[in-house]
Amino acid sequence: MRLIQKLVRMARLRSPWLFHLNTGGCNGCDIEFSACLTPRYDVEQAGILLVGSPRHADILCVTGPVTRGTRVALEAIYAQMSEPKVVVALGNCPATCDVFAGSPAIDGPLDRILPVDVYVPGCPPRPNDLIKGVAQAVAILADQRTREHPIMERMNP
Amino acid sequence: MNWEKAILSLFVFPGLLYAVPMAWLVLWLERKLRARMQGRIGPPFYQPFFDFVKLMAKQQVHRSNFDSLFMMGLPLVAVAAGLLALALLPISSDSKGFAGDLVLLVAFLEVPSLCSVLAGFASRSIFGQVGATREAILSVTYNLPFLTAVVALASSAHSLRLVDIAMAPAGGVRFFAVLTICLCLPVKLRLNPFSVSNAEQEIYSGSETEFSGPQLAMWELAHGLEWMALTGLVVCLGLNFRTGTWIGDFVIYTGFSLVLVILLTILATGTARLKLKQAARFYWRWGMGLALVALILGVFPGIERFIR
Repeated sequence: MRLIQKLVRMARLRSPWLFHLNTGGCNGCDIEFSACLTPRYDVEQAGILLVGSPRHADILCVTGPVTRGTRVALEAIYAQMSEPKVVVALGNCPATCDVFAGSPAIDGPLDRILPVDVYVPGCPPRPNDLIKGVAQAVAILADQRTREHPIMERMNP
Repeated sequence: MNWEKAILSLFVFPGLLYAVPMAWLVLWLERKLRARMQGRIGPPFYQPFFDFVKLMAKQQVHRSNFDSLFMMGLPLVAVAAGLLALALLPISSDSKGFAGDLVLLVAFLEVPSLCSVLAGFASRSIFGQVGATREAILSVTYNLPFLTAVVALASSAHSLRLVDIAMAPAGGVRFFAVLTICLCLPVKLRLNPFSVSNAEQEIYSGSETEFSGPQLAMWELAHGLEWMALTGLVVCLGLNFRTGTWIGDFVIYTGFSLVLVILLTILATGTARLKLKQAARFYWRWGMGLALVALILGVFPGIERFIR
């Protein structure tokens, strides 16, 4: 049983799949995020994959200061992801609302809505910082215990 | 085909014990080669294995009994069909098969795609439904040339036994029929330029959009097994000689399968996605043209003798 646990931990460290959601930001962080997938940074060599469906994802990367319109989508997407899951706030907007703070159209910052695990500050943050943030998120993900899964439940009584 | 041999070919070679690690290797090779061609480094070789383990350890989404039965059952049926198709391949020279195993193999090869269509509708996601519809339409388009080529091979060998077809002397029929089957591989494997049914950036991942955790892991495995079975089919039908030794057949089969995987990946990386209509037109025009040539040569062997 300990061996399977170790294997699962190793697997989680090596294959984090990201889902990226813009909740009304200026698109700056999204461009820096896309840069991570390009040959210069190539996150796939660490097993990181950008997936299109929240059902497939382990890490939710949020950019933008959660506007009223996107809040419903954000909550739905978070609920659709299966455990274990980790939330990363990319850029200043989801952390503090940045220049949008105080606007009546904003429901953020992100941590008022979802539990945020990692903050990556910057406006926008550099791709290196994004990768570092995702690496921290992966470490959190690997140590999460998933009681909901029948196999894991038997392993963590 | 006796029982021990059937069990051996289902669970050891070319079945479970050989095909599952090879399926992961093939999935890795595809990703790695694509990354290298795009100037990236790409994932390490153990990537598909760890993806599988991670997905298996994820929580399953709670659904009603009937829905969860469908969502778990369909990928499992796809995996089983892939393994059964592999077990039927006449890889070594002493495999006898049985009369009509060609029909069974063609049926097993179609099951994963059928499961994918059903899964898209069972998941009740709009993207899944669009993906399933596209898959169903494509399955009609590619099966016409594919089945015509298979019929041409069978009629030229006067047998529905795989090993008879594989060992028949080389000729025009076999050349055109195997070429048609090769032409059908990218669409059966949902690769570019025919990745219409699982088009990323368009409908996410088609019929698999709503699947998560272990169910998705089974889909990945089924996809890998499909790779193995289809490339294996082309290798077994395309080569009309066997070395006679077990190890020689093993090396030739594995080697040619991997070469085929590399060629398919290069095609997939080098091309962009076609529209559904364009893909259908391609298969009904060029695929069907090649298949008809094979069929005519197969039904009227006099023509080929006359040309020679």
